[in-house]
Formats: sequence, C-alpha cells, structure tokens
Amino acid sequence: MAYIVDRRLNSKNKSLVNRQRFLKRYHKQIREAVSDAVRNRNITDMEQGDSITIPKRDVSEPNFRNGQGGKREIVHPGNKEFVQGDRIQRPPSGSGGGSGSGEASDSGEGMDDFVFQISQSEFLDYLFEDLALPNMIKRQLNGSDAFESKRAGFSEVGNPNQVNIVRTMRSAQARRMALSGKSRRRKREVIALLQEMPEDDIERLELEEELVRLNRRLGAVPFLDEFDLKYNLQVKVPKPSPKAVMFCVMDVSGSMTADIKETAKRFFFLLYLFLQKNYEKIEVVFIRHHTQAQEVDEETFFYSRETGGTVVSSALKLMGEIIADRYSPNEWNIYCAQASDGDNWQEDNERCQKALVNAILPMVQYFTYIEIGGREPQGLWHLYESLVSDFADRFAIQRVRDNAEIYPVFRELFRKTMEVE
Amino acid sequence: MAKDNNYISTSSEWTFETIEKYNTEIARIAKEKFKLDTYPNQIEMIRSDQMMDAYASVGMPVFYNHWSYGKHFVNVEQNYSRGRMGLAYEIVINSDPCIAYLMEENTMTMQALVIAHACYGHNSFFKGNYLFRSWTDAEAIIDYLVFARNFISECEERHGAEEVEALLDSCHALMNYGVDRYHRPSPISAEAEKLQQEEREEYIQQHLNDLWRTLPTQEVKDEEIDKQKFPQESQENILYFFEKNSPSLKSWQREIVRIVRKIAQYFYPQRQTQVMNEGWATFWHYTLLNEMYDEGLVNDGFMMEFLTSHSNVVMQPEFDSPYYSGINPYALGFAMMRDIRRICENPDEEDKRWFPDIAGSDWLTTMDYVMRNFRDESYILQFMSPKIMRDFHFFALQDDDRQSAIDVTAIHNDEGYRLLRETLSQQYNLSSNEPDIQVESVNVRGDRSLTLYHHMHERKPLNNDCYEMLRHIHRLWGYDVHLHSVEPDGRRVRSYHLQGDEVEG
Repeated sequence: MAYIVDRRLNSKNKSLVNRQRFLKRYHKQIREAVSDAVRNRNITDMEQGDSITIPKRDVSEPNFRNGQGGKREIVHPGNKEFVQGDRIQRPPSGSGGGSGSGEASDSGEGMDDFVFQISQSEFLDYLFEDLALPNMIKRQLNGSDAFESKRAGFSEVGNPNQVNIVRTMRSAQARRMALSGKSRRRKREVIALLQEMPEDDIERLELEEELVRLNRRLGAVPFLDEFDLKYNLQVKVPKPSPKAVMFCVMDVSGSMTADIKETAKRFFFLLYLFLQKNYEKIEVVFIRHHTQAQEVDEETFFYSRETGGTVVSSALKLMGEIIADRYSPNEWNIYCAQASDGDNWQEDNERCQKALVNAILPMVQYFTYIEIGGREPQGLWHLYESLVSDFADRFAIQRVRDNAEIYPVFRELFRKTMEVE
Repeated sequence: MAKDNNYISTSSEWTFETIEKYNTEIARIAKEKFKLDTYPNQIEMIRSDQMMDAYASVGMPVFYNHWSYGKHFVNVEQNYSRGRMGLAYEIVINSDPCIAYLMEENTMTMQALVIAHACYGHNSFFKGNYLFRSWTDAEAIIDYLVFARNFISECEERHGAEEVEALLDSCHALMNYGVDRYHRPSPISAEAEKLQQEEREEYIQQHLNDLWRTLPTQEVKDEEIDKQKFPQESQENILYFFEKNSPSLKSWQREIVRIVRKIAQYFYPQRQTQVMNEGWATFWHYTLLNEMYDEGLVNDGFMMEFLTSHSNVVMQPEFDSPYYSGINPYALGFAMMRDIRRICENPDEEDKRWFPDIAGSDWLTTMDYVMRNFRDESYILQFMSPKIMRDFHFFALQDDDRQSAIDVTAIHNDEGYRLLRETLSQQYNLSSNEPDIQVESVNVRGDRSLTLYHHMHERKPLNNDCYEMLRHIHRLWGYDVHLHSVEPDGRRVRSYHLQGDEVEG
C-alpha cells in the first residue's frame, strides 16, 4: 500500500544538462559579468566562484499578461479602519495600490537582477576562455615525487593479494599433466589388462600391486604447488608532473605609485590563475628592484615602500641567477611577468638587452612585459619593442593605462590564435 | 506520564522503520476513520540538492531538457544556499502511484506531517476532485513524460538542439493558451501516443494539404470556401490550433507543440485548485495528527513541534505588513475547510441562513462532496462564510484608471459580504486574470496571415511582453500575425502587427 524508497543515493546533478543549457544560452552575458568582476574585485577573492548578475529582462520568458490600466478589483486581508465607500488616494508611482496580485514588478523598469552562482572552475573557464598558454608545456620526469602504478605482465613473486587465479590454475594444471602423464597412461593400460585377464591369472597379483603403486604416485602430485603461483606485476612508472615557476618582476622605484602597483598586482594575479589552470604545481618568485634587485616574499613585494632609481638589468640578472640555481629549464616551465612604468637609466638598457637575449629569453616559456601608465612609451619599451620580432613566440609586451584595461590586455597577450597547436 | 506509552517515536531523528509505522497509523486513521480514498503511495526520501533538481523540473521525476529549467535551478540554488528561501518539505506528484518526495533534513515530526499532508491530503484530492479526474490521467503521466523526453531528445539529435530549443521557447510562451477550457481532453497514454504518432503525422499533413491547397479542383467550390471564415469559430486553444493548422510546422514540430500542450493541460487543474488543494491537504494533516495525539500515538513534544510549523504554514500577513504578498492559499483554504466542518457540526443562526443545505449535515460527507465538485473560484463563491471574511478582515478595492482615487467597494459587514465574496472568487478565476486571446481568423486564400483577438476585460491592456509574444506566434505560424485588442462592443482599441520581421503596434 505504501512503498518507501530511499532515493538519497541516486546521483546528483540531475539538472546539470539544463544548467549547462542555461549557461550556454547566456554565455555572452556571463562573460561580461565575469570580466566586470575581474575589474572590480579584490585580488584575493578573484579566484572564488562568483555571483553572476544578469539583467532580469534578458532572462525573462514572455507571456501574455495584463498591463497597467483598466479597472481591476482586488481583495486584501487585514482591514483596520476602512469602511465601504472610502476613497484612497492613489500612491504616486503607478502600480502601488493594486500590487497585491504580485505582478507589480512585471511592467516596472526597476526589475531585480537575476543572480546566480557559478563555481570557481567555471569562473576561471569563462575568464580564460579562448586563451591558451603559448609554447608546449614541458612535462619533465623529475625523480621521486609522482608515480603511477602500471600493469606489467606477471611475476613469480608478489603479494598474496595480487595472485592471478587464472594464470596460477593454468600453470598448476600444466604441471600436473606433465608430472603425471606417464603414470596415468600406464594406469589405463593396467586397468584394461586387468579387465581382460581371467580371474585366476598369476600375473594378476603383480598388476594389482603395480596399480596400487601407480595410484600412490599419482596421489603424490600436488594439486597446487608453490611454483604454480603467478602474480600480477605492477611497476611504478614515474609520472610526468608539469611544474611551472612564475617570476614576478616589478619596479619599485620612486616613480611607481600605489595605483600602478595595484594594476601590476592584478596582472600578476591573473597570470597566476591562468597558470594554475594549466599546471598542477606552481611556484612564484617575487623579484623587486630599484637600483638593486632582491628576491622577496609576497607581502614585501606588494606593500613595502621603497624609493630610488631604476636599474632594470639588476632584476634580470638576479632572475637569471635564480633560474640557474633552482629552476633548471629542463625541469621547469618558466614564465615571467614584468611590470614597470618604463623608466630606466639609458645606460642600463644595453645590459638589459644582453641579459634578456643571452640568459633569459632562451630559457623561458613566455615572457610578458606590461608598461603601466598613461605616458608616452619609455626607454624600456623601445628596447623591448626591438626584441619582440626576434622572439615572437615567447615574448610579448603591452601597455596598460589602468585597472580596467588589465583584463583586455591580458586577453590580448594570451589570445589563442597565436598558438600553433 | 505512564511509562508504558504507545508513542511511535520520541526522538526527532527519523528512521525507515518509524516512517513506516507512522505511515501505517496515518493510513489506518485516514481510511477507516475518515474514509479518505487515495492512490497507493510511493514515498521517496531525497536530499536537499535532489529537491532542488525536482523544483527545477516542475516537480516531475522525468522531464525533457530546456534552458529555462536550468535558469530555475540556478535561481533556487542561489536563494537556498544564501538562506533566502527554504525548500518545500515535500513535493507530491499527481500520479498513480502517488509519488511524494520527502527531504532527509526533516525531523520525524515533519516527516509525519508531510506524509499526512501529501500522501493522504493531496493524494485524495488528486484522486477525487473532478478537474483532476477529467483532465489528468494519473496512471499515464510518468510514461507520457518518458515518451516526451525521449521524443524531444531524439528531435535534438536529428534537427539540432538549438532548433528544438527555439520551438520549445515559443511553445512555453503560449503554454497558458494550450488548454481546452471547456472540452474534456482524451486521456493520454504513452503507448497509445507512440502508436498514434505516425498515423497522426500522416493524417495532419494530408488534412493540411487540403486546407492549404493551391490548386483548386473546382472553381465553384472555391468561391464557397472564400466566403467561409476559417476557423469557423474562434479558437481559445492556440497551441492546439497551431498543432492542427499551422502551415509551416513540420510533423516533428507539431508533435512537440502537442507535448507542451498536453503537459500544460496536465497542470491546468493544479492552477485552478490551489486554495482548495492546499486547504484540503492542510486540513487533513491537522486533523490526522490531532487524531493520532488523541489516540496517544504521539507525545506533547511532537504536537508542539507540529503546531509550530503548522501555524507558520497557515499564517496570513495583513495587507500592510512587509511580509504581505497576497492571500496565502494555505491560510484561506485551511480556514475555509475547518469552517465547513464547523458549519456542519455546530452551525449558528448566521450559518443556517447562509448555508441551509450543509448546516448540520454530516461533515465527512459534505467535505467529500466539496472536495470532489469544486475549484477555487466556485469553492469560494459557494462556501466562504461571513465568519471567514470577518476573521480575515477582508476588504475589496476597486482600482479604476479613470478615477483619481481607489475605492473601497466592500468590507466584512452585512452589506459587503456578497460583493466581497464575488470579488474574491473572481480573483481566482484564471480566465479573468489572464488576457483572453483567441484565434479569430486566417486569411486562407490570401497571404495566410493569422488574426488574433484580445478580448479586453475591464479595459485592461496587454503588457509589453506582447511584442515578444508576436514573434513566438510568428515562429509557430510562419506567416504574418495580427493581434487586435477588442472592447466587448467590438471596437478595436489597439492593434499589433508582425509582418516579415517588423513588429508594429
């Protein structure tokens, strides 16, 4: 009469298809919302999933409904002082008085937005859609930390839980056949002879003794012997684990204002997220420089105040040293993002060029440089510009005026079309 | 308190055994004592995320895919996870067996309440009420939905998901105009549907060819046809009209129109009996659980918890409260059901004057009669007593855009009762709440344009959606569409046209 069914174990996400279709249909709006979010958000919650807001009008499903106007009658509960014949002045903005039908917002312009959640990975998917990391990812075998078990045939030794029953039984059977074949044949002959032989034959006794001997011998062949055992063999194969290191290089000389640093930080962060999507393991190296370069932690990198002149080559030199020291290009995918306002000593440019061309650019997967600020291109820009054509596959420079431009510029730098894949 | 009590459970945690026991007791009381006639029950325990899934597919266990359900889903998910809304304790489906979803988060008391409410309240309403009996086929609905989903996903494979989606968009927009208000539909059955589908395709295409024949066989007859208006009578079921007569739809598209129409028809009774259905179910969970308490099956703690959530359910905020969002169907329905019982059992002078037929009658018989034979509109018109109007402090407003002020036309007093009741009853009349739009004519011999009439009610115009709606109609019809808003005296107040791709109005 009543069945009680436990459905709690049924798979979830029955609405997945519908949700996907919804996301697909409003793809454009969601992308816009995502890029708005990048523009306005704090960097620390950039990688959270997000509430996506779409104007409700865009997602509404139309229906024939009554508009405003005409005569309508409606009953409300909770009368306190009204009596029949009372006249109530209409509330000033159109729909108020008769809003009980629940349709009031339908014709009003001030509709709520339609808000919903997307997950972090969806957020990043939208954020980095149509973007690709240039250059192949190096998947380097690096010694110890990642292994994968793979089947590698069979072995005579192993753990009991790895016994391969079929193989074991097959080999046991073969062994039994091999060891007992002769005896069994003889046994068949003896039995046949005994049957044909008259009851009182003298040889009979001899044959019966032989039969007993044969049975004993056959019984001695074990059903399963130790060397029948066969084990599945698992071998550990080192797993290529893609690793990346990201160098953030920033000028902290007196000419870099807090705003410019904030813009640079956004750029670094976007790159970090993007790498995170592509690599399992990322290390970040922060190098800041004025006339001298220093490797620092994140906090110092973004927030400590320093002033001084600018010698860009010091940072590039330090970077080259760190690469040589800790991040062998054979093992690591190296990315570098440099942000600066472009100021540099004229004499230093030559050293920069040398460092870049000789020590850095051959090693890295990708080197991006953004020059922040609304001024005319500065010295460093001109230098880098001249290098771009030689290293087009791994070197890109862009100019950014303010925060709002970061995301578009980022997209420009990593647009998929430049990929050869 | 006696130690050897009969309480079924004393903990707030539920188990399958206790649910089974509660269900057995509730079923016994419902059947033996109150003679409720129900479909067999299938109670399904689900998680909250499954409840959200169920929400998204109109509560049905199987449904075809469409982006709008995804939209609904993300909306529910957002509001639920932000604590802005709670999920229903249950969803119940008008099917045979009657499927009820119970959330695992509910306490034991809530599960008992929900079982009484859904599995015996709603269930008996589905089985008994004349609208459900004549409009829906509880036995076939699940099979039909399976057929619909398979058919639509097949179409998606064959004709592309986008084309199917666009068609469904248009059908959904006209869903409220896909019901027969007066004819009784033939029951739907999945098997028969499948068998008939091909025949139907063939027949319709032939039939259409006849209607849209471009080579007249006889000149004389042709003139006669010219004079004939088509359709001969205006058609209120617009989707049905398109399914049968649209010159541009392919046969698989007709079938999809039909599916949406059938599903609209299946849900039509629910839209017409919200107050009654919820009132009935609430009345029975209240009555059944109180009976269990009287029999000593549940303890005081159970009743306290039950009454707390019960009173939340039937709370009616007043019109000036910030929580007011119209009349709560649970509150009104429940109050009226209890009131009918009161009128049967303890009628006073006023009741005898207002309800001579039922005052003092057997309450079970009377309520069964009420449940079976009415819908919201007629239920309120027939059975709302002056006492209810006084308890709710109802008052009626008239908002006429030709008047500078809003009139209070009736309140809960002797002069006002009848008008108040009529007004409220009209409020639940679907056909006066939705614009009345019908297919008026088709220019069969000319440009095949379609003319729709919007019969205006109390001079209410259409809202701005109607431009978008014209596009949807155009997609289904394939040729120009004209829509005229017409006053009862036949005067055209406003016209909207869609010619080619241009909308004017």
